[in-house]
Amino acid sequence: MGAYILRRLLMLVPVLFGALTLTFFVTRVIPADPVGAILGPQAPPELVDKIRREWGFDKPLHEQFVNYILGVVRGDWGRALRTGRPVLRDILEVFPATLELATAALFVSVAVGVPLGLVAALKKDTWVDHVVRAFITIGSSTPAFWLGLMMLLLFYHRLGWLPGPGRLDTSIPPPPRITGMVTIDSLLAGRFDAFANAVAHLVMPASVLGWISSAGIARITRSSVLEVLSKEHVRAARAKGLAEKLVVSRHVLRNALVPVVTVIGVTYGGLLEGAVMTETVFSWPGLGRYSTNALLGLDYMAITGVTMFVALVYSIVNLATDVIYAYLDPRIRYG
Amino acid sequence: MADDTLLRVEGLTVEYRTRAGFLRALDRVSLSVRRGEIVSVVGETGSGKSTLALAIIRLLPPSARVAGKVLYNSVNLLELDEESMRRFRGREIAMIFQEPKAALNPLLTVGSQLIEAIEAHDEIERSRAREMAVEMLSKVGLPDPERILSRYPHELSGGMAQRVIIAMALLLKPKLLLADEPTSALDVSVQAQILDLLYRMVRELRTSVLFITHDLGVAAEVSDRVAVMYAGKVVEVAGVYDIFEKPLHPYTVGLLDSVPGSGRELKGIEGEPPSPLNPPPGCRFHPRCPYAMDVCRRQEPPEVEVKGDHYVACHLYAHR
Amino acid sequence: MLFPAFLRRAASTPTGAVGLAIVTALVFLAVFGPTLTPYDPYQQAMEKRLQPPSREHPFGTDHLGRDILSRVLYGCRVSLGAAALVVSISAAVGLLLGLVSGYFGGFVDEILMRVTDVFFAFPRLILAMAVNAALGPGLLNTMLAVAAVSWPAYARLIRACTLQVKNETYIEAARALGLSHARIIFKHVLPMVVHALIVQATLDFGGAILLCSALGFLGLGAPPPTPEWGLMVSEGRLYLATHWWVSTFPGLAITTSALGFNLLGDALRDALEVKF
Repeated sequence: MGAYILRRLLMLVPVLFGALTLTFFVTRVIPADPVGAILGPQAPPELVDKIRREWGFDKPLHEQFVNYILGVVRGDWGRALRTGRPVLRDILEVFPATLELATAALFVSVAVGVPLGLVAALKKDTWVDHVVRAFITIGSSTPAFWLGLMMLLLFYHRLGWLPGPGRLDTSIPPPPRITGMVTIDSLLAGRFDAFANAVAHLVMPASVLGWISSAGIARITRSSVLEVLSKEHVRAARAKGLAEKLVVSRHVLRNALVPVVTVIGVTYGGLLEGAVMTETVFSWPGLGRYSTNALLGLDYMAITGVTMFVALVYSIVNLATDVIYAYLDPRIRYG
Repeated sequence: MADDTLLRVEGLTVEYRTRAGFLRALDRVSLSVRRGEIVSVVGETGSGKSTLALAIIRLLPPSARVAGKVLYNSVNLLELDEESMRRFRGREIAMIFQEPKAALNPLLTVGSQLIEAIEAHDEIERSRAREMAVEMLSKVGLPDPERILSRYPHELSGGMAQRVIIAMALLLKPKLLLADEPTSALDVSVQAQILDLLYRMVRELRTSVLFITHDLGVAAEVSDRVAVMYAGKVVEVAGVYDIFEKPLHPYTVGLLDSVPGSGRELKGIEGEPPSPLNPPPGCRFHPRCPYAMDVCRRQEPPEVEVKGDHYVACHLYAHR
Repeated sequence: MLFPAFLRRAASTPTGAVGLAIVTALVFLAVFGPTLTPYDPYQQAMEKRLQPPSREHPFGTDHLGRDILSRVLYGCRVSLGAAALVVSISAAVGLLLGLVSGYFGGFVDEILMRVTDVFFAFPRLILAMAVNAALGPGLLNTMLAVAAVSWPAYARLIRACTLQVKNETYIEAARALGLSHARIIFKHVLPMVVHALIVQATLDFGGAILLCSALGFLGLGAPPPTPEWGLMVSEGRLYLATHWWVSTFPGLAITTSALGFNLLGDALRDALEVKF
């Protein structure tokens, strides 16, 4: 098992290197004049040249690349243009908000997606199955940004059931920052008013993100369960006279969940993508919003840092998923 | 019901509704099995022999339409509700399948699957169940049974896995064992061992067996009686000696002729088994039968007892 | 080829029929929409701004007094056209690379696998945003960006199909007959992978619509006053609380379009699998 993990970790390195290279290519090579684009057409040429030299953009590309890689490895991810602070620090400050949102969304998508997929598979071709499949398709077709706006419209503006954008009402003082996740920090500080409010603020964006990902999870659960149902060992279990409930839980669901776990892992990584739009709509101060602002503002240092971070997180999540998969399926472990 | 008859199948018909029409897998099949008797059901792929076993234990897919009677100790299994039927499975009637490793859940240990078979029917202490499992595993000839309990299915060889399956099936000492081609997927060298083991165990426990196979040689070795099936119907049933020495139905004769080493001149049967969607009228075998008469094309032959306990469904014997 | 046969089978299921209906309607609107619009989508009329849906303006008017229905109809051409271009480019690139990589294997194949691995290390939207931002705002750049993040999926799919086909005996037979690689690829491999390509392209069409509109929402796509659906949703955001129709209808159009292609794609996939 340990050897397996080590092997997978080593395989991460070339992928991350490739990711960095791709980012370099996109941010430095594609734009005609990166510095000029940031500073705008009004900027005096001397200033542009000065900044260009300061940032090392005047050096030949391959030299820039080497410095870039060295910088990343050293932990010097540069300073963000907008905030003036080290990029890594910026990222670590905004990431917990996204983590909080993504985790809440994951709960929603699993709690909704897995049972729906299971029921649809067990009742294949009945109206239940068709309703679930309709839900799956609609869920995969809805744009996250629009769904967020529609939910805000209905639940905040019209019905007033849920609070509006942001993590906490402005009237409630935030708890002291320990993890950066308002819900957990409120609990740790014993501030139940802040906790309740933070959860209320979390409901809509987590639901939007969760709804869209639950479609994917329901789909994979359904097809996975269907596949397991056709397996011999299920029929053999019934032939032994096991109660149907036991057959489903021990021989169907358990086996079917293994590929589902894989998808959950991938979904977790993909939630980052959905977070970009959701955070924009709900003014959630997380990594998604930070990335959007960095990209739109052509903040190169920040973009580099975010890209690296995102690729790293995505890769680690994939790795963790594979490890869990190996743990669940003894055939992979010893194979 | 005769005192020593354990299972009597009467007029069993199984149909599936497919997109192309109605598919009749079994057509008015009748068969009986006595206590402690081993009956082989022999036929080609598509003859309906597997369907027969699945229909008896009621594990056909939900799209199947079943008619007729399956009398087990005078109880019609087809009329039972699902929960009552469940109690018969594993305890009174057990079934083993062709692919031993596929019949085991790859994610669970062998031991847990053996124990759950016991716990499904008996309120019993876990440790006692474990003991029973170990006992049975050593009875089927597995060395170091304690360790086998914690193994996973993919760690076993085909032969070992089938021994485990046999152990699991006979754990609760069922009165009827349905064996669907249990040796067909095994290596030839292992086949003989497993067959031998199975034979010994069912004799010792006095278990009745419905042994499904396409291999005549296997049938000859283990059976008391043999039933020959073709295209969803039983065409001949007789004691094992009679079937092989004095086969009556042309299909049976053809089958024996096509097996090398039976002491007969090797000859194949012309043609192919009919499509179950569109069987030929009259006797299903008539397109391939060298003795086909006019009546064979029009009427289905009745089942007739030619000698004591030797039944055949063929117009050649119908008027007797 | 077997094109009409499985299309007919796909249309026989309820989901497939609905999907095909939606897609047909969309294509019709994309081609003829601009002639059907009651008003000029660019015509501003400040005295009519932000009017709720009515008989004259079924979708209401936006903050510049423009008829939203007309803009949505016009936007159909924009969105579908953009998605069509994106899918064409990425499918073509993916097809070529996948075929070559799967068929010849070796070093070329290794390189392609690593490159696609890197692309898959990013969520699609984020990478597309980065490329779009680097190229600058504009519809063409949006399309290039989305195509750039879409081709790896095609390449992997086609490669997998090619690998399957490559090992078939009739390919060996063709080689034994002395046919050149190019001929084998185009005459024997290509027809087998086309079906998978069609399914993927149909499903991807919906994805392309969603991605392009997301980028449009962020302001990276076609500039105002272009009636691009994502941009329209973004423009209506300011007035969401009081004038809900400005954002709602364009978003509904996006959802319906993606839905149509997803339904059709699913039905096609089922029809194809039944074949095999």
